[in-house]
Amino acid sequence: MDATDTIVAQATPPGRGGIGIVRLSGPKTPEIAVVLLGRLPPPRMATFGRFLDTRQEPIDAGLALFFPAPHSYTGEHVLELQGHGGPVVQEALVARAVELGARRALPGEFTQRAFLNDKLDLTQAEAIADLIDAGSRVAARAAMRSLQGEFSVMVKGVTETLIDLRMYVEAALDFAEEEIDFLADRALGQRLQEVRDHFDEVEQSARQGRLLREGMTVVIAGRPNAGKSSLLNRLAGYDAAIVTPLPGTTRDVLRERIDIDGMPLHVLDTAGLRTALDLAEEEGIRRAEAEMLRADRVLFVIDAIEDPAGNAYREERQRLPGDVAVTLVFNKCDLAIGVPVADTGSGPPRITLSAATGQGIDTLRAHLKSCMGYHALDGGTVSARARHLEALARARAHVEEAVRQLAERRAGELVAEELRAAQQALGEITGEFTTEDLLGRIFSGFCVGK
Amino acid sequence: MRFAHSFEVIVVGGGHAGTEAALACARMGARTLLLTQSIDTLGQMSCNPAIGGIGKGHLVREIDALGGAMARATDRAGIQFRTLNASKGPAVRATRAQADRQLYKRAIRSMLENEPNLSLFQQEVADLALDGDRISGVVTVTGITFEARAVVLTVGTFLGGRIHVGLDQYSGGRGGDPASERLAARLRELPLRVGRLKTGTPPRLDGRTLDFSVMGPQPGDEPPPVFSFVGRVSEHPRQVNCFITKTNERTHDIIRSASDRSPMFTGMIEGVGPRYCPSVEDKVVRFADKSSHQIFVEPEGLETQEVYPNGISTSLPFDVQQQFVRTIAGFEHAHLTRPGYAIEYDYFDPRDLSASLATKHLQGLFFAGQINGTTGYEEAAAQGLMAGINAGLHARGEAPWTVKRSEAYLGVLIDDLVTRGTREPYRMFTSRAEHRLLLREDNADLRLTAMGRKLGLVDDERWRLFEEKRSLIDAGGAAAGAQIDARLPAQLQAELEARLKYAGYIKRQEEEVERQRRNEETALPADLDYATLAGLSHEVRQQLLLIRPATIGQAGRVPGVTPAAVSILLVHLKKRSLTRRSHVA
Repeated sequence: MDATDTIVAQATPPGRGGIGIVRLSGPKTPEIAVVLLGRLPPPRMATFGRFLDTRQEPIDAGLALFFPAPHSYTGEHVLELQGHGGPVVQEALVARAVELGARRALPGEFTQRAFLNDKLDLTQAEAIADLIDAGSRVAARAAMRSLQGEFSVMVKGVTETLIDLRMYVEAALDFAEEEIDFLADRALGQRLQEVRDHFDEVEQSARQGRLLREGMTVVIAGRPNAGKSSLLNRLAGYDAAIVTPLPGTTRDVLRERIDIDGMPLHVLDTAGLRTALDLAEEEGIRRAEAEMLRADRVLFVIDAIEDPAGNAYREERQRLPGDVAVTLVFNKCDLAIGVPVADTGSGPPRITLSAATGQGIDTLRAHLKSCMGYHALDGGTVSARARHLEALARARAHVEEAVRQLAERRAGELVAEELRAAQQALGEITGEFTTEDLLGRIFSGFCVGK
Repeated sequence: MRFAHSFEVIVVGGGHAGTEAALACARMGARTLLLTQSIDTLGQMSCNPAIGGIGKGHLVREIDALGGAMARATDRAGIQFRTLNASKGPAVRATRAQADRQLYKRAIRSMLENEPNLSLFQQEVADLALDGDRISGVVTVTGITFEARAVVLTVGTFLGGRIHVGLDQYSGGRGGDPASERLAARLRELPLRVGRLKTGTPPRLDGRTLDFSVMGPQPGDEPPPVFSFVGRVSEHPRQVNCFITKTNERTHDIIRSASDRSPMFTGMIEGVGPRYCPSVEDKVVRFADKSSHQIFVEPEGLETQEVYPNGISTSLPFDVQQQFVRTIAGFEHAHLTRPGYAIEYDYFDPRDLSASLATKHLQGLFFAGQINGTTGYEEAAAQGLMAGINAGLHARGEAPWTVKRSEAYLGVLIDDLVTRGTREPYRMFTSRAEHRLLLREDNADLRLTAMGRKLGLVDDERWRLFEEKRSLIDAGGAAAGAQIDARLPAQLQAELEARLKYAGYIKRQEEEVERQRRNEETALPADLDYATLAGLSHEVRQQLLLIRPATIGQAGRVPGVTPAAVSILLVHLKKRSLTRRSHVA
């Protein structure tokens, strides 16, 4: 708790609503506003603008309101971003503000600041205490929901490897006379590397969290003229891609950002897969393959009239990355005479639809939603998970720095310092790990002392 | 009988805590009395003959930076000096010295006897004199009452002591000294929580019966480091070697076969022992896969043949001690001069103290040293110094002086004790300091000496040297042709090296300290009624009632206190001040 921090939080209740408000308060607010909006809005004037991400692409668009200190709710510089409701967009805005130097507010912290800055009167003091108390209970429950299942196992795993490493490093510093000069040992670099790998794994498998933050990338692929661009247009809700009956119309990669119930989705339409007829098409196919490597899921579109058995997928399969998730989309079901082979339970999931009429599109949307694990998390859990992922990222950055300190300077105490900071960040997820706890590990692990 | 004149401060106990406490108040100008069971044992080293080490050396330097005695006495008594962790960075480097017990005692006694404002008196204290909830003095066993405005109790070695050798046990204090039974009984009547701890020592050996030729010699550093900022190598007496030997499987077999006669394993000892200072039987049982444990053979002094085999502390029966000692290389014909033993003793829960080391229940009564659950000369001396300063301030009617965790290991030590308490004998480690890179041996003076000067603890000679050092550092270490004090070049080099190496980290830690500053300086009123504060969970409420933290910062470190609870405290403080303001209006 510190008034020199700039804090950010969603101001409207979590969940889906027409309008969602994200609020910032604190000294850094103006500089964050400049980056996020491209400029500082004039004081107290509702200003329409786009809320930009790192790549200068809009996360959302809406009204921005800037209240310079001290004439604001909290008495500090305050920025309100009024955008579309929906947990994921709101969460993306909060995460962006955190990226720019804000800190996620604690429950009741805006009101608390208002009170400490003489913006509220005495009669409201009890209510604030209740607000903080209730808010932190809700947050604790959300944190517990986020910390369930596989994610929790992974976080515990990475925490344990970190503690184990710290045990060696700290013991070597505090018990120099014992026979455990681990810092001089080559194994330290190796163990440090293992911790780093562990963080990598956690990050990769915390995919669900990343998907929620950044959105899932879906590549539409398939043979030429299967209806890939039509599917993109249908999902986007307008004609983003040129559609002709001629095979090979799409040469370059087309990108669209769409929302499914407030959840961002990056959809990429690619050139049809076949033996290229010219250089431009060859390049298009190469790019399609490159995009599939980075995709979270490939929608492999099959012309249900020409190929009801889905032979195209079997034939083109080797062009697809081995580990990418695939959904087979049988298109043109409105015209197809034979019904495509039903989902057999083995192989990729199958969806039958018509990009032309829109039949079956809702099924595809629901399918994509469930692929993101979206159904399992409510708004509160989404932000709890985001908080956890941020703590993991910070911990990881400290581990990286520890690796550097070891490699470049062989400085044990600086390695220790970075690992301590990493542990502190992880402690935001796992609860505090005190020096007493660490000493306990050292004394049970090593026979130290005289 | 009432003693003819009264004092401002009485210090009870003449160990490492008591001597630093008495010297500190006297240096600040308070009329001080040091009451001890025996003037002959002032400054006695009751355990191993060494001062300093990692974390502990840091404390000694801080005591020195505030004008304390320990480093200066060690420079005059040290018969071997080493810098530990020399190959590692400056933050974890630490000085350690083997000391000649007699020389150390002599140095301490000479400082005490030459301190103006300080009187010594030999007699055991039996009772406290109270005036309501205020201390007014102490009463000795023969009924002499000494009056004072503040009393510092440093009677920790060993309150209600119970010594175990094998299955035999008897009451006793350190070494052959009697335990302070009457005072212990009196203190137990106070509303203070008491716990029980345990520690142990190895048997001592006659050096003439050992074969040093089969042990590895361990010489001191050349040139030897000095401990005090104002010390000189020329003060050091003759330097000698330590030796290293080790236990073996035969030693372990003997120890294992005697476990049915160990008070440790038969459950006779209930006190909690330090995990970092295990007895040899503990090591053998808990680390069964290790076939050997190191022993440091430390000389007890230049004029004695006795040696201290550090690493085989034990409470096994004497015949077993003799048997296992003689399996060790170089000890085959060893004569044991004193048996090893374990000792259980009382300590008072330091969470009943405020950060000034004053007891929360009796005004003017301060506790320092092992009585607070710590172990080690350095930890005791550090508390003695802080309690002495605060007793002096209390006697003058001034506000207490405390140091933050970010300023000194002194701050870490005391904050850990009063905020978290301890369940085993508390020892300092650098890993306890979250601001480790800022708290180095080399900059202890830069962190503390100016504050010490303001308190009246730092004499002119030290201050002159310090000012010279500070101005040289400000000038980037360059002394253009000027004659500089011979003690400074090494000190300057250390400081400049640390600044260079840690530049980015120092900045980061300083920013963190700055962020916490407001919380550290926001006081929580002593009469805050946590029981009625809305929004606090039951557990948090209990913890806050138990500790009664002095500041918001301390409250945040109380185990179990969440950030939300801290927010609620802040809101409450604001509400209180608004209420006050509206009442005034």
